[in-house]
Amino acid sequence: MSYIKKPAARHPKLRVNSLGLTVRDYEGSMSTLCAGCGHDSVTAALVQAFFELEVEPHRLAKLSGIGCSSKTPAYFVSEAHGFNSVHGRMPSVAAGANAAHRDLLYVGISGDGDSLSIGLGQFCHAIRRNVNMLYLLENNGVYGLTKGQFSASADIGSTSKGGVANQQGPIDPVNTALSLGATFVARSFSGDKNQLVPILKAGLSHNGFAFVDVISPCVTFNDHQGSTKSYAHTRSHMHEVIETDFVPLKTEITTEYSEGSVQGITMHDGSVVKLHKVADEYDPTERRAVLDYLADVGSRGEIATGLLYLEESGADMHGFENTVDRPLVEIPFADLCPGSKGLEEVQKEWW
Amino acid sequence: MARESDYGVNDLGLKIATVNGTGSASANGLLLQALFRMGIPVSGKNVFPSNIQGLPTWYEIRVNKDGYTARSPDFQLIIAMNPESYARDIEEVVSGGWILYDNTRELDDEFRRDDVTFLGIPLADMCVEHFQGSRIRILMKNITYVGALVALLDIDMDVVKGMLQEKFASKQHLMDANFAAIEVGYTYALEHFDCPLPIRLEAMDKTKDCVMVTGNAAAALGCVYAGATVGAWYPITPATSVMDGFTEYCRRFRVDPDTGKNNFCILQAEDELAAAGMVIGAGWMGARAFSPTAGPGISLMSEFIGLAYYAEVPCVFFNIQRTGPSTGMPTRTQQGDLMLCAYASHGDTKHIVLFPADPKECFEFSIQAFDLAERFQTPTFVVSDLDIGMNDWMIPKLEWDDSFVPDRGKVLAADELEKVENFYRYLDLDGDHITARTLPGVHSKGAYFTRGSGHDKYGRYTEDSDAYVEVMDRLLAKVESAADHVPAPEIFETDGGKSVGVVSVGGCHWAVLEARDALAAEGIEIDYLRIKGFPFSQAVEQFLEDHGTVIVIEQNRDEQLKNLILLETSCAKEKLQSVRYYGGQPLSKGHVIEGVTPFLTREPVEVSQ
Repeated sequence: MSYIKKPAARHPKLRVNSLGLTVRDYEGSMSTLCAGCGHDSVTAALVQAFFELEVEPHRLAKLSGIGCSSKTPAYFVSEAHGFNSVHGRMPSVAAGANAAHRDLLYVGISGDGDSLSIGLGQFCHAIRRNVNMLYLLENNGVYGLTKGQFSASADIGSTSKGGVANQQGPIDPVNTALSLGATFVARSFSGDKNQLVPILKAGLSHNGFAFVDVISPCVTFNDHQGSTKSYAHTRSHMHEVIETDFVPLKTEITTEYSEGSVQGITMHDGSVVKLHKVADEYDPTERRAVLDYLADVGSRGEIATGLLYLEESGADMHGFENTVDRPLVEIPFADLCPGSKGLEEVQKEWW
Repeated sequence: MARESDYGVNDLGLKIATVNGTGSASANGLLLQALFRMGIPVSGKNVFPSNIQGLPTWYEIRVNKDGYTARSPDFQLIIAMNPESYARDIEEVVSGGWILYDNTRELDDEFRRDDVTFLGIPLADMCVEHFQGSRIRILMKNITYVGALVALLDIDMDVVKGMLQEKFASKQHLMDANFAAIEVGYTYALEHFDCPLPIRLEAMDKTKDCVMVTGNAAAALGCVYAGATVGAWYPITPATSVMDGFTEYCRRFRVDPDTGKNNFCILQAEDELAAAGMVIGAGWMGARAFSPTAGPGISLMSEFIGLAYYAEVPCVFFNIQRTGPSTGMPTRTQQGDLMLCAYASHGDTKHIVLFPADPKECFEFSIQAFDLAERFQTPTFVVSDLDIGMNDWMIPKLEWDDSFVPDRGKVLAADELEKVENFYRYLDLDGDHITARTLPGVHSKGAYFTRGSGHDKYGRYTEDSDAYVEVMDRLLAKVESAADHVPAPEIFETDGGKSVGVVSVGGCHWAVLEARDALAAEGIEIDYLRIKGFPFSQAVEQFLEDHGTVIVIEQNRDEQLKNLILLETSCAKEKLQSVRYYGGQPLSKGHVIEGVTPFLTREPVEVSQ
């Protein structure tokens, strides 16, 4: 990714959060993506979410694989460490990093090629492992950097820029994540920041793998008539199943509650996610029901969006591994090395 | 037939042929340990199939009063417990040797040899008589032949019984059964054969400062001692027992006593690619992280290894080599991955590689590997093999200096970052080719983008030729400067130096040493250098320069070590000769002598001064 430093000009009336930072402080270098790229809107939503959540920039670790989507970690929070890894393998780097340092906030940015083709295995296993991270899949149905090949999320019949219709069935990341036991599954649209920002905030507060599939149109290769990942198609076929409000910890709502069509779920860090059901019969805590509902919506050619499934009580990777609460990187060497006495002990058995 | 004078006490090759999955491993281990406890130098080699149950498997024990531990294919005694492999087992015993077999079903005449002694014991019948239940009968058959060997070889019965008592202290019924089985075999042998055989054993005091361990267990312990906290792996023979060992020692030493929680994290990955990614992720955060694997795993990890090299992320990989290419022979040994590890990944890469020769070095080099990886901020390999990793080796007791401080390399702490105006990840400020790194979560001034794409010395993405080349040149200089920090070669030189020098690596060492002694006894003296690390140091270069003929002995087909020497030193090609053995067994003295002899009969080449 090219490196273009942004001018440091700040509007004097910009809102400041409790860390003394403005929303501009959560920006990164200038995007080099195409003008109008959905990914830039996702970046903007992330910047807003970090600002509103008052994330300390240096406590954030941002990771990606390879592809247009994977360039975006450079475009937000310059003062956070970033890792642009290899194609499709970001989840393993995130898992290892999180294993070593559990106290940082992890955000992984991927795309449909990165997550559903070359990296499908790692994507699935990060879900199984329930790595504590926000995992964004910027989904445009197409390979942009290599100029317009279909990706594994392209729908049957969706056409390429040259007019060829895709014939192979898509891998639906939401369905995949749900069937693998993901504990936080959402779908949104880069063109709907109002929906996306609270979902991202909820995902950042989730204890475990928070998966957000964001339809993020490719203006250059997949925004034409005949594409099912275009701005126009997504807008006209979006079906918001659930509206999400994110209530941070400091507003002091501590108990779980349910009032009519609003369902509140207390997150691991004490914040509350309020889910307003658009459809009465929808229950975002019943995995099988969610899968059924989504199958119905999908069969009508509609795209269900919202925080579709949430389960806050499960163990994350550290729960499975029974790791100590403090980050492994902070344990002093003296506590790790058994010393000459330990060696003597072990060698008694080597006879 | 055999005469006592043909054999020496405490000089014996013993091979036990069984069926895998029948519990023979514990009986064979018992036997090996008993000899070790009698103070006799001993080594054990497990020759096993890539299978769970039902195929032929062998265990070779070499007893040698002089302490030679290399594999020896001269078997004076074969315990033939597997009719399926009778033909080849019986053929393998040396003329004048002995074959112990189960004569519950008598041997077919086709297997008979006139030049060996057959010792038939009705093991199955006796076990049916003494034990109830098919599983225990199968297991006790193994212990019964151990009992017979106690009588035949004059093994110390008290030692054997003491070990059984230790092993089954909490399982009285098993202890009783094992005792009974030992007695049954022992008594039968005493009553039916002329015990002990001329190949008998006698207590010595040559093992008291030694321990018996596998290389993989020692490497695993080394990771604990190095302070590694994250281990990521995918199961693969013959590397699995590294992670088994790490798990065991971590459970023992690394569980927080107050909370019962782990001061470590072991991730069983979905494949080796992910294992490498995890190790790199953890290394990026500042943890000491490693992955044990074998050649196929390194192949899969190669893309990530290039990333770690280029982005300068410390990480440690253990390659417990097995026979390649492809799946190859997964339960046989080889040194087929020397080139692979030295240059793993696409593009220009070069890595630090350490070559242990025994479990002691597996322990020591594993600790050193983490220091080197962090000091040079680069992937570091410990290249062992199946023979070192999975077999039982007698080694001097390991030692630990409690004042040891790990070398974490140049890592800027928060207070140091506070003072600097700007931090640039790849800027070499002191000219040693190693640049300071920062860890995530420490300070916002330390933030940078870790990437495998082209970058300049400031850590910024670049497609500029000069900026790219500048970083690549520093990387090369950095890894090459590690030559002075990898373990120095071990050199065996005769007074004044000889014109012929042998160069070898890793597990070849023991056969080379034994062969060198044997040749010296015949008046043929050769110098010998064992390489322990890559990049090669000046000492390696000097040895090559000092010898007119250099014979490179290694366990692969393609002369990988020899070719590495040609690539990485100024040694002339004409000087180098090659001795290769790559059949999958550990190297033995015979291979070496046979291999070097043609080069020794030549006229000595003048040494250039």
